[in-house]
Amino acid sequence: MFVFESGNVAAATGVRLARVQVIAAYPITPQTPLTEKLSEYVDSGSFDAEYVAVESEHSALAVCIGASSTSARTFTATSANGLLYMAEQLHWTAGARLPMVMCVVNRAVGAPFNIWNDHQDSISQRDTGWIQIYAKDHQEILDTVIKAYRLSEEVCIPVMVCYDGYYLSHTYMPYDVPDQVAVDAFLPPYEYRHTLGPNNPTSLNTVTLPGGRPDIHGEFAPGYMELRHNLHMEMKQAIDIYTRIDGEFAEIIGRGGNPIAEKHLCDDAEYVAVALGSMANQIKDVVVRLRDDGLKVGLLALSLYRPFPSEFLAAELADRKGVIVFEKALSFGHSGTVCADLQAALYPCASRPPVWNYILGLGGRSYQSADFYDAIRDCVERGSAKFDNPGWIGLGR
Amino acid sequence: MEEKKTTVLNLTDEEFVYPGNRACTGCGLNILYRIGLKAIGRDAILVVPPSCLTVMQGLYPITSTQLSVLNVTFASTAAAASGVKAALRAQKNDHTQVVAWAGDGGTADIGIQALSGAIERGEDFLYICYDNEGYMNTGVQRSGTTPQGALTANTSINGKRERSKDVPAIVAAHSPAYVATCSAAYPMDFHDKIKKALSLKGLKYIHAHTPCPPGWAMEERMAVAIGRLAVSTGIYVLYEIEGGEMRLSEPSAKLLGKKKLPPVSEYLEAQGRFKALGKEAVEKLQQEVDAKWAAYRRQHDVALAARGPQS
Repeated sequence: MFVFESGNVAAATGVRLARVQVIAAYPITPQTPLTEKLSEYVDSGSFDAEYVAVESEHSALAVCIGASSTSARTFTATSANGLLYMAEQLHWTAGARLPMVMCVVNRAVGAPFNIWNDHQDSISQRDTGWIQIYAKDHQEILDTVIKAYRLSEEVCIPVMVCYDGYYLSHTYMPYDVPDQVAVDAFLPPYEYRHTLGPNNPTSLNTVTLPGGRPDIHGEFAPGYMELRHNLHMEMKQAIDIYTRIDGEFAEIIGRGGNPIAEKHLCDDAEYVAVALGSMANQIKDVVVRLRDDGLKVGLLALSLYRPFPSEFLAAELADRKGVIVFEKALSFGHSGTVCADLQAALYPCASRPPVWNYILGLGGRSYQSADFYDAIRDCVERGSAKFDNPGWIGLGR
Repeated sequence: MEEKKTTVLNLTDEEFVYPGNRACTGCGLNILYRIGLKAIGRDAILVVPPSCLTVMQGLYPITSTQLSVLNVTFASTAAAASGVKAALRAQKNDHTQVVAWAGDGGTADIGIQALSGAIERGEDFLYICYDNEGYMNTGVQRSGTTPQGALTANTSINGKRERSKDVPAIVAAHSPAYVATCSAAYPMDFHDKIKKALSLKGLKYIHAHTPCPPGWAMEERMAVAIGRLAVSTGIYVLYEIEGGEMRLSEPSAKLLGKKKLPPVSEYLEAQGRFKALGKEAVEKLQQEVDAKWAAYRRQHDVALAARGPQS
């Protein structure tokens, strides 16, 4: 059924269709309409879930940690400083290997206070052990929330579904809502691998030594480092698992096919633009316009950021004449964070294209299609000439 | 009606804590944990933040506890317990008890926000704070409940300057279902208060005074004796609050009939941590304790008078 609703409502719809059992959240703009919608569903009795109105984001994730450990499918959502207030809990969730989905409605991080959109909040939390997927439109928000539960529960790693504040959270777009029967066929009920309860008592997250040692049966029990290694290796496997899950989603729901990245006019492109989230949508039109001008340009709209699809990107981009990465976050004193990761992915390739990096949109600074057009044209025309990396779009505007 | 009290004669023989755990010799928490779990029973999930209890439970992959324990971050005990409870509600499980068990740092300081939030929401679980009056697990630093004048590793010359936080009073101001204070020196009182708390709906809070030999600089064999001195000198008071009514528990209620309590200096001098307290400070403390008990006696007399002649 097609509806015309906001991105936040799309996320709430995904959560309801996923039959989430426990929701905990604390208000923060621009996430609030999402959790308000969920509390409305729960209060009205149209959604059978426990809604815990907590006193902080740190507690929101704590409620989810407790609930997920007790075999309940759980959800929370936040933005910006709320996400950073969860930072300790983010590491805990992934380290405890708890399946969970959280929507991060991307917003600039203070100080100074700023409620508009950029990606610094979630990008700065990329090393917490969470899977990060970026949606670029409302349909992707809804579908990704549902797919993320399958993925999270299969690999026992929590998933952030990130989408742009205001650009997506508060704007209206038509999108298709799958019916509950189809979603139920795709997403089985959640069952935690350890039982927290009287039947088979378990002590979870106990103090772990640097080294492994035998358990009471004499079997080798891993130490902290083995457990970290497991998380790393299983996170890498999540790329293939997510691709399979996306295929199953497409079979049942009828949509999907671009779990890692969506390629737009990429096949014969000499130059490829790379971007996360809603700006990728905007660049689609720019690429068409550049093609009209006779420049062979394509777009790679990256959705899966952690685990980082290095092999996929190397295969896609190694033989191009140039790659232009647009991003709304950076690693201060270095470069755009996605760009740095992408450069590392290309390093082992025999032929390495030049990679140009643009920072834009920080704290909601406006950007227009013309900015992408000019930036891409500039890179193509400069060729491999020296370039102050990263370049900044919109400074002094 | 007088509730039936548990004694060593009718206490269950079933053990829920394995012997040979990592508690220090003479640890007050070890007494509370062993006897407390007997009151809680097997149909329960414990939620524990970093503390001496985390260490006492054992190091992965072994554990000294026979119940399910969820170890969580320092600040989040009451919130994580709320999550466990929410999951049980979602599963229509109304029998498994959720018990949060944290130290004074995890309760009075870093954990107080989550605790306050959980009480305000009317969560249905038992929260136990074992108060050894300092960050003992990290090497004896001051906490919000460390008494004024006590020496700690980060207040090492003149002792803590500030007064201690009255956490049970802070909790009681939220009007939870039940508040009680206990002492590791009176484990049966602790046992029965847990039993009572678990029979009530809503958030129940038990604050347990927990002597700590290394942290209080006392002999290991003295933990129970010093815990009893805290109660008998009137410096630590055992009581329950239900429906806004405060009632002294037996070991403290007995003091109402005494004209004069043993001096608090007996309690203070038995421990090395109070050796920086000067004579004046001890006298001031004695005056405060005397004033507190004078108020209890007045309230008690008013209550007796209001009840009228006994039949």
